[in-house]
Amino acid sequence: MKKTVLLSAIIFFWTAAATGAAPMRAPLDDGMQEYPFPDSLAIVTDTLGQATLTAVRRTEIIPSQTLRGEQLKRLGSNSVTDALRYFSGVQIKDYGGIGGLKTINVRSLGSQHVGVFYDGIQIGNAQNGTVDLGKFSLDNMEAVSVYNGQKSDIFQSAKDFASAAAFYMTSRRPVFTDKNYNFNFKIRTGSFDLIDGSFTWDHKISESISTSVNAEVMNTSGRYKFRYSKTGPDGGGYDTTEVRRNGDVFSIRAEAAVFGKIRGGDWDAKIYFYNSDRGYPGAAVKEDYGISLLNEDRQKDRNIFLQSSLTQTVSKSYSYRFRAKYSNDYMNYVMPPESTVQPMDNHYWQQELYFTTSHLFSPFYFWHINISADLQWNSLDAKGSDMFNANFIQPRRITGLAALATSFNLDCGLDLQASLLYTYVHDMGKRKDIEPAKDKNIFAPAAVVSYRPWKKTDLTFRAFYKKIFRMPTFNDLYYVQAGSRNLKPEYTDQYDLGIAYRKGFAKGVFAGIEASADGYYNTVKDKIIATPTSNQLVWTMVNLGYVEIRGVDVSLAPSFRFGEVGITARLSYTFQKAQDFTEEKKGGDFGPGVEDHYGDQIPYVPVHSGSAVLNCTYRTWSLNYSFIYTGERWMLGGNIPVNYIQPWYTSDLSLAKTFSLPHGMELGAALDVNNIFDQQYEVVKWYPMPGTNFRLTLSLSF
Amino acid sequence: MRRKTGFIRICAATAIMLVVFSCRKPDYILPGEEIVINPWDSISGDIRGFFLLNEGNMGSNKASLDYYGYEDGTYHRNIYGERNPNEVKDLGDVGNDLKIYGGKLWAVINCSNYVEVMDASTAEHLSKIAIPNCRYVAFNDGYAYVSAYAGPVEIATDARIGFVAKIDTASLRIVDSCIVGYQPEEMAVVGNKLYVANSGGYRAPDYDSTISVINLDTFEEMYKINVGINLDKIEPDNYGNLYVSSRGDHYTIQSKTFIIDTRTDRVTDTLDLLPNSSMALAGDSLFVISSEYNYITGRNEISYAIWNTATKSIVTRNFIKDGMENQIRIPYGIAVNRSSGEFFVTDAKDYVSPGTLHCFTLDGRWKWAVTTGDIPAHIVFTTHSLK
Repeated sequence: MKKTVLLSAIIFFWTAAATGAAPMRAPLDDGMQEYPFPDSLAIVTDTLGQATLTAVRRTEIIPSQTLRGEQLKRLGSNSVTDALRYFSGVQIKDYGGIGGLKTINVRSLGSQHVGVFYDGIQIGNAQNGTVDLGKFSLDNMEAVSVYNGQKSDIFQSAKDFASAAAFYMTSRRPVFTDKNYNFNFKIRTGSFDLIDGSFTWDHKISESISTSVNAEVMNTSGRYKFRYSKTGPDGGGYDTTEVRRNGDVFSIRAEAAVFGKIRGGDWDAKIYFYNSDRGYPGAAVKEDYGISLLNEDRQKDRNIFLQSSLTQTVSKSYSYRFRAKYSNDYMNYVMPPESTVQPMDNHYWQQELYFTTSHLFSPFYFWHINISADLQWNSLDAKGSDMFNANFIQPRRITGLAALATSFNLDCGLDLQASLLYTYVHDMGKRKDIEPAKDKNIFAPAAVVSYRPWKKTDLTFRAFYKKIFRMPTFNDLYYVQAGSRNLKPEYTDQYDLGIAYRKGFAKGVFAGIEASADGYYNTVKDKIIATPTSNQLVWTMVNLGYVEIRGVDVSLAPSFRFGEVGITARLSYTFQKAQDFTEEKKGGDFGPGVEDHYGDQIPYVPVHSGSAVLNCTYRTWSLNYSFIYTGERWMLGGNIPVNYIQPWYTSDLSLAKTFSLPHGMELGAALDVNNIFDQQYEVVKWYPMPGTNFRLTLSLSF
Repeated sequence: MRRKTGFIRICAATAIMLVVFSCRKPDYILPGEEIVINPWDSISGDIRGFFLLNEGNMGSNKASLDYYGYEDGTYHRNIYGERNPNEVKDLGDVGNDLKIYGGKLWAVINCSNYVEVMDASTAEHLSKIAIPNCRYVAFNDGYAYVSAYAGPVEIATDARIGFVAKIDTASLRIVDSCIVGYQPEEMAVVGNKLYVANSGGYRAPDYDSTISVINLDTFEEMYKINVGINLDKIEPDNYGNLYVSSRGDHYTIQSKTFIIDTRTDRVTDTLDLLPNSSMALAGDSLFVISSEYNYITGRNEISYAIWNTATKSIVTRNFIKDGMENQIRIPYGIAVNRSSGEFFVTDAKDYVSPGTLHCFTLDGRWKWAVTTGDIPAHIVFTTHSLK
């Protein structure tokens, strides 16, 4: 581990020097020695001081919540969403099992307001605006980070400014020690008949060019037992155990990348391929088991994207970056005629072309200006039921974004940032006989302030304001028998005030501490919601909702050392009052018989939630315990007893050990046991989660 | 030694945390709720109360049963669970029809694929009958007829044709079945014929447009009457006519009402100006509510009409006389108390929140309202008080 830290430091300094990175204020100035945290603490909050292999840092004045490297592995996570559960202010919607849809929601703004970025470029889904994070493996991931508002590093694309919160996934960049290659083979097996194999091959072609190839195949039956039991008010009750079926997944993922270095910068190019076939088990509602008519829906996905990036620091006062992406996604959803509901075989094709350029000017060492411009083209084609074919517009969308941002990093410890984003959206239809939505022209501002009053004490005060919107998706606007092309964008306003503190000790049992607390107030206006019309099959979309969110996120991460034993802990807690103040929720003047749900907590957002992670390392051993708590919530339809959902809390354990083999080979073994107390719980009502499950991982690297 | 204490501390901390957070309440079946809504109410004729079936949005497993008693003017919300604690997962997913026959209360639970049979005086479970994708129930001469979407899969079209199951109301067993059209909805019995409205709703835009006529002696489909697309509700009047609703296609074809003469089994009238989501007959007055969305205009048109079945003419286009219709978002269910003449309109609101039941006097003035379950829809009056 020491080696890695040292290497990281070297590479970090190299990058910093090469890019002429401007004022690296904050911890690193104090030197690495003062932060003798084990590498794993780097996960706590992504602090400026931590040496990062992955990105060029430039005065990111509000740190993100990040998990990286070793710590990611130790959490024994299946997918990136499992890791995200440890962040404060983040809610994960999980429909259960390995194959169930998983989406991220930050500070209750709605999952469509969270931009999901992979290696710096947003993963789009013009169709429904959400990204299924269950499809992203942690196998090739170096870091996952969540930013509230936006990344407070102004040198970024206009898209980085364009969402209310952002989730960044950063894939591994190869690091070479004394060889010019790295190999890693990994095999995982465990509950749900899981079998997963992956390999990575890194190759150093020259000092400035290297390649990396990573591929993974996964198969699971997705079967697990779940139990519903209830007691009657006057005795009696029921207790039923069922098996989740049709939750199988087969997926193949392959990535290949080339990384290059040039004078004062670097470039990379990457191709990503994902293919999967899965079943959708559906809601575990009451069914008559006398007849075999269960949910048999199937979904096939195929995602391909190519992306490339070039960053160069030309001089002390000028840097630029270009990025481009093309993605091509296919999805097939089938409801076979044998199932109880409507037979359906729908095919969707999405394409996206994206280009961005950012330019950073630094007239003085304390003043930076960034100008970025993005251009994006999206298309959605669909083929399926006759209804679809008869009334579907086949939308195309051109989005132009421009961002102007500036930052002042003053010597007195004050950092100021302001940005303005301009967005232009133009929709067209391939079908000329159906009218598309009108053009949109929108300006949206953001401002960030950070103040560190004392040089010697790492105590920072921070605040931000951001106004941003999400465009109605293609489904919102054009979905057959639901869409409404008159929709306006959905706006969010965010106000945040916070404080962060860090301290490390070179000697003694107490190795260091990191702590932060934020209070926030958000509003969501013109929230796009589905509203029914005349029957259960015919819905439409309207700008109706208004939500106010008041919250507090707190995190605390102390670390200890007892001789060779290192212990790090991370505790996080979130309080959120997310209230629905939509006018339609008012009861009306009908007397006491009619209830009022105005001001109720919105569905699926707990008032209290938190997590605790405890990690112990001893030589080549590592033991990780994690605890997640999600308080009581309500399903759709108001805070009444019938909508109540129980709190849930799970404990996961993972034990890992690495063995050194001859010829510099290393064997790793890890055992994860999740939900050790076999709690039966639901994240989404009627989508039961698995009880105790385990996983064994073996890896060989050389 | 120091190392050891460290581990002990971790274990202690872990244990404390577990204790602190272990605050899950035991999971109880919810008791029903009683709301005294109109204590001055009284029994009129032999009608002592009514049951209301809330559909619950698909996938939410929130079908629920409410009861209102005229005796004490009390509304009992969500009574099924407390009266039937041993029934797994309550009433189920999407309650689609509710009827009383021979002292038994029949509830058709669409997405849970079964028909629940209860004692009409206690709402206690008697039996359940598995029928895939069942929709509506009708009765005649000791038999129940249940329409269902999920008949055999047709090879030629790869679609599933509907059927009607015949159930012996004494043994509560399916004794026969008969294939009808696509996605059959409501049924009506006139003489010895069963009329089944076929919607073909899942085959849009290739809707079904027929009514299947079944001979109840042989339980075989005699023929189909061609009526109009997307048929849904069917209501016999006192003159041998059937009123049939067509939901239209939500684009260019509007919702309307057809009249069929059951002596000739032909369409005699097409009422283009009577859009129809749901209807209820009281004497010669046919109450027709309509909530029709159009994707081209993006508008939802709502109407509350009364049609005179004797004169075949419109009585009123708005049977709510005090402006209360402005406070109803999505009129969904309609029922008329044939003894007192008071009528009920349910508001399904946004489908995912509890709805509202509105009671109106004979002359169309608002009387009282109460919060129901999600998507209040089907009302059946009872001559037995709920024990």
